Amino acid sequence: MRVMAQMGMVMNLDKCIGCHTCSVTCKQAWTNRAGMEYVWFNNVETRPGQGYPRRYEDQERWKGGWTLNKAGRLKLKAGGKAAKLLGLFASPVQPELKDYYEPWTYDYKMLVEAPLGDDFPVARPKSLITGEDTKITWSANWDDNLGGTTELGHLDPIVEKVRRESNEKIKFDYEQTFMFYLPRICEHCLNPSCMASCPSGAIYKRVEDGIVLVDQDRCRGWRQCVTGCPYKKIYFNHKTGKAEKCTFCYPRIEVGQPTVCSETCVGRLRYLGLFLYDADAVTGAASTENEQDLYEAQMDVILDPEDPRVQAEARKQGIAEDWLEAARRSPVYKLAKVYKVALPLHPEYRTMPMVWYVPPLSPVTDLLKEQGHDAEDAGNLFGAIDALRIPVEYLAELFTAGDTSKIDEVLKKLAAMRSYMRGISMGNDPDDAIPEKVGMSGEELYEMYRLMAIAKYEERYVIPQAHAEQAHDLEEMGCSLDFEDGPGMYEDSPFGEASGTPTPVAIENFYALQARQTSEEPPGAASLRGRVNLLNWDGTGRPSGLFPDPHHPAKSAEAKE
Amino acid sequence: MAPDVGVLDVVLWGVLPYLMAVILVGGLIWRYRYDQFGWTTRSSQLYESRLLRIASPLFHFGILAVLAGHLFGLVIPMSWTEAVGMSQEFYHFNALFVGGVAGIGTLGGIILLIIRRRTTGPVFMATTKNDKMMYVVLVAAIIFGLWTTLASVFLGGHGHNYRETVSPWFRSLYILQPDIGSMAAAPFSFHLHTLVGMALFVIWPFTRLVHAFTAPLHYIFRPYIVYRSRDRQQGSTPVRRGWSEVGLADRERDRR
Repeated sequence: MRVMAQMGMVMNLDKCIGCHTCSVTCKQAWTNRAGMEYVWFNNVETRPGQGYPRRYEDQERWKGGWTLNKAGRLKLKAGGKAAKLLGLFASPVQPELKDYYEPWTYDYKMLVEAPLGDDFPVARPKSLITGEDTKITWSANWDDNLGGTTELGHLDPIVEKVRRESNEKIKFDYEQTFMFYLPRICEHCLNPSCMASCPSGAIYKRVEDGIVLVDQDRCRGWRQCVTGCPYKKIYFNHKTGKAEKCTFCYPRIEVGQPTVCSETCVGRLRYLGLFLYDADAVTGAASTENEQDLYEAQMDVILDPEDPRVQAEARKQGIAEDWLEAARRSPVYKLAKVYKVALPLHPEYRTMPMVWYVPPLSPVTDLLKEQGHDAEDAGNLFGAIDALRIPVEYLAELFTAGDTSKIDEVLKKLAAMRSYMRGISMGNDPDDAIPEKVGMSGEELYEMYRLMAIAKYEERYVIPQAHAEQAHDLEEMGCSLDFEDGPGMYEDSPFGEASGTPTPVAIENFYALQARQTSEEPPGAASLRGRVNLLNWDGTGRPSGLFPDPHHPAKSAEAKE
Repeated sequence: MAPDVGVLDVVLWGVLPYLMAVILVGGLIWRYRYDQFGWTTRSSQLYESRLLRIASPLFHFGILAVLAGHLFGLVIPMSWTEAVGMSQEFYHFNALFVGGVAGIGTLGGIILLIIRRRTTGPVFMATTKNDKMMYVVLVAAIIFGLWTTLASVFLGGHGHNYRETVSPWFRSLYILQPDIGSMAAAPFSFHLHTLVGMALFVIWPFTRLVHAFTAPLHYIFRPYIVYRSRDRQQGSTPVRRGWSEVGLADRERDRR
């Protein structure tokens, strides 16, 4: 057993209102750059819908993820290593820009600079790729809120599959349509096929927190990873010629802050926390023969942080105590493995994705409500989950490789939580028959409700900080002689003011602050040889040296000596 | 110094090759050291895939065959192939046939690639001056090389036997005793091809061609999953390339 820690995310889809705030803030933070105009590390898809890039889930076409060879061993769906190298000169199935969309801006300048005339000036759309006028025909969320679904809905690969299997037509008529939003980021898989596809070995998984990153200095632009990722969450920067991907906001995670998409989520539907998993068991689990058993196999890879054996092994692997504590408090572990309400997206790709989803009950409740039923009643809900096969089958294709019984279980748990808590809020005695039906105790159901409905900030995001003491040698360090009154101390460098290595900012600040706090004088005058450090000037008085002497500009510098 | 060797010959075949080697090796080291981020294929497949999928493999596999042919012709002495019973006629026919096919494939590939580059709007937009210059030298090297091959077919007899002139010179370079006389005796077409070839190697480290030197052969031997420890560096680092703002101005800057 090799215990490793993995930063994971859970999204509660019932809470997603499809506002795209996560996408926009992520874009502002990460992909607001030339070459990345078409890229959304985080995007929100309306389902049913084609997704972004279009029909990315059709792996017969895009060849993403893993498959099993005849011997039952894992093999990249796009081909083995030799096949990959032979396809190096033209990646056989790489999506083109038109599969994403052609990014554009508007000629806003025209609005204010158009010459006087009879017509209103127009801000024409301009392609961000060619700079020419363009016609907008697609975008990253063109089918938002089922826009155009009556015509294009059948192009959703999942819809195609459900139709094929159930012989039942999903109607996109208003009364019969179900809809939900699916926010997607990189899955930071345990068994990433992008990484396996990278000829240069530039994509790596961080040992400490499992975040999957692209080393921009080692990427050579062979673009096999774009094909390899079944979620199409690796993007080719057409400007720099390098692959880029969601970074799980690792600079924020390292200091204990949630990712930008989580932090700005309006519906507060995202949970962040640690999983402990057995790295040695990953390949075996991903090789599980039956696709519908992959979910269970993935659950088995994830270890119980309360288990003393796991803890002992984790300590042996050098996982710090506060990380173990965070793993015990992890909301994502609870949702995925304790309550078993969070499911991985497309486990059949065999990549062991680490962004999990609580499937939405809303397609069921919405339909109940529309038909005039009480959508909070346990009996109605349970009956509807059994009766409404289309939404359940659709969700099963997304989250359990088509196994509807698992979706049933999760939805019934959510339904039970709903009606159980409604009873309590109405002032009735808790109806313990409800939790029993889903194999939980009333107490467990209540705790699950706390985590899912109250969802306080500190409970949603349990992020242990990266251990900075390991990075000690890169801290801003001064010379060892820089102690007070030492020969290398700030004011008296041995060979004059500017000799040696520059004084670290922190040390300069320390002395400046100390001087300011302990003197009545405006700072700077004495210690900086007539100049003023504006960063330290707090507005007190007018230190000499702030302005040059207007009468004797040349003399002013000397006078301060 | 042999009587038929002039000063120009010494400069061209005795000095230039070493100058070229210094620039090639030094340039590669410099770029590897200081421009890892710029070391990429700069693939344009995202913009256009249909033509590329025919032209790019045609060119690349062609040029690999051409490379193999060059190594065979330049490195292996004639006496060796004769020792294993390969007649000059047989060798020559092979060289012409295989070399001709590979060369024409390469040329066809690169012509298609250039047509694609010129006619596909976004691909042309992404073409820098550096790229254009590189294409000129690369195409020239291929055309002159093909000329030496074809000329030997159509211009009488079996043409010039470069394995008695160019190849000994090529090998002599490595023992630092350049056989200038041999090379000087080769016909003009070989001189021209060699000079343009050297020009190509000189610009190589400074163009997108560098990607050839990081051909990912180690992929065969590495495990699928790569684990790596977190960067020891924390906090802010200087702003790097790839973070320029959205818009079209940046394209202007690159083309300048």
